[in-house]
Amino acid sequence: MANVLVIATVADGALSRSSLELVAGARTIAPAVGGGIDAALLAAEAADGAVEALHQHGVGVVHRVVHPLLATGQSDAYLAAAEACVRAASPAVVLVAADTVGREIGPRLAYRLGAALATEATGLEVADGTVVVHRQVYGGRAVATLAVRRTPAVVTVKPRALDAPAPAPTAGVVRDLPVQLADDALPTRVREIVREQAEVGLEDAQIVVSGGRGIGGPEGFKLLAELAQVLGGAVGSSRPPADAGWVPISWQIGQTGKTVRPLLYLAVGISGATQHVAGMAGARTIVAINKDPEAPIFGVAHLGIVGDYREVLPPLIAKVKALKGQ
Amino acid sequence: MHIVVCLKQVVDPELPLRDFAIDPQTRRQVREGRPLVLSTYDENALEVALQVKDRTGARVTALALAPQATVGDQIRLALAMGADDAVVVDDPRGPDLLGAAKTPVLAAAIRRLGAVDLVLTGCESADWVERAVPPLLAEELGAACVTFVARVTVEDGRVVAHRQADEGYHVVEARLPAVLSVTSDEANRPRLPKVKDIVGAKRKPVQTWPVDALGVAVGDAGVDVLDVRVPERTTRCEFLEGEPAQQAEALALRLRDLKLL
Repeated sequence: MANVLVIATVADGALSRSSLELVAGARTIAPAVGGGIDAALLAAEAADGAVEALHQHGVGVVHRVVHPLLATGQSDAYLAAAEACVRAASPAVVLVAADTVGREIGPRLAYRLGAALATEATGLEVADGTVVVHRQVYGGRAVATLAVRRTPAVVTVKPRALDAPAPAPTAGVVRDLPVQLADDALPTRVREIVREQAEVGLEDAQIVVSGGRGIGGPEGFKLLAELAQVLGGAVGSSRPPADAGWVPISWQIGQTGKTVRPLLYLAVGISGATQHVAGMAGARTIVAINKDPEAPIFGVAHLGIVGDYREVLPPLIAKVKALKGQ
Repeated sequence: MHIVVCLKQVVDPELPLRDFAIDPQTRRQVREGRPLVLSTYDENALEVALQVKDRTGARVTALALAPQATVGDQIRLALAMGADDAVVVDDPRGPDLLGAAKTPVLAAAIRRLGAVDLVLTGCESADWVERAVPPLLAEELGAACVTFVARVTVEDGRVVAHRQADEGYHVVEARLPAVLSVTSDEANRPRLPKVKDIVGAKRKPVQTWPVDALGVAVGDAGVDVLDVRVPERTTRCEFLEGEPAQQAEALALRLRDLKLL
């Protein structure tokens, strides 16, 4: 019986949300693969809460590597630790979150294992006993369906593409794996970590106010920030403002940047290039404000306003404040 | 110092939707009659290489794996921007290969170029966005790997890179040789070649290597592409009419009705 193994990480002391999403994906495919679900937990400290959360969601064996380098974005350390776990667990399928580190170590892990590789999955299913991966291609204009032809296979999964699973407690065990990692022996070293996170985490925000090229410059983003604040949301951007340095690159939403699935997505001055739509099309309600009535963003929006955001946002902020009694 | 920049030729990602089509046979985008361009981030990678060249006098080689008949304009753009040499590995399957399949071929071409200190690629291709080639190349070449890099400096035989991260950015130091994948940043906006450089690039030699001469087989990604299709859009946009203040009020009321306030 070959298992599915998820590569799990810790964020702020708890199991990361993307790890839970991987567990959801593993639960979809594990019955067809023929086994249960294991996890490799790569953490800087024991993280017993994360182990417990994995067991609570149906993970049997947790292979745990604890090392201080596993808190630093040091992808060579994550790779070594993940490889040790995978060799210990001999899974049929390995699921890796397609985040900064995972996008690098997923392919490298596949190379080292001689494994099949599918990246950036937005959906997993089983058809005729085969694991099937769905992913966006051509800037989100098309969707590809891939069949995994051999095992082992490594699949990277886009964060926020899968819903977190409901609890399904199982009696599990944790197996600590000693992995020797020396900072100066690794080919890369993280010298510095610079945070530029929005006040509300963009990927977790229920409301996102996002600006594009049409905002015209960094000044306009102040108005977006004001609207985000009264709505209790976060500010994001499409690619041009991040490229131009108007906003930090970490605000960028799209195929290249972050994927968000908020309840409300307000696209302001965003034309709606497929590259961007690929990162926000999962929003429950999409509102577009754009001067150009032909802008492709109106093709995915539920509500549209054709107009200049500089004229629309101030009365919108005032009205929202009034309705919220602020 | 020798830097190789891997360039991919893709159908212009800005192509209007009406001209976008999937070939049912190849399960890839139809390329015939469509404008071909350098994949978006590959130009940023080239710019980073040229900036290192400006500072250190490095030699920059542009490398493309593509059908030789179609890649001319793109490889000459690289020469016009300032690449010293250009190599096309001529493979008609080039555009259709998955990253894991093309990596052994690219690695063989890089080895044939001799000692290479840095390999730069775009952080993803504008078509399939696998993000697989740079880390696979690093493994295949036994090189250090840093992905999603915006700015690069070379100091004392090491490379220091700003890597885009989920929460901001990391400053990562890597030993050479290294493979770096490059994302866009205000600091690496591709330079515009001068007219005389565009003219001059037309006279520069482009080496063409038949893929069979490299003595490697394409790799196996271990996955079959079953289907590629354009999803049907079901959304109908409801427009809020009136003066800006009326539109704003209507929107605020709708947001309240949707229990979003």
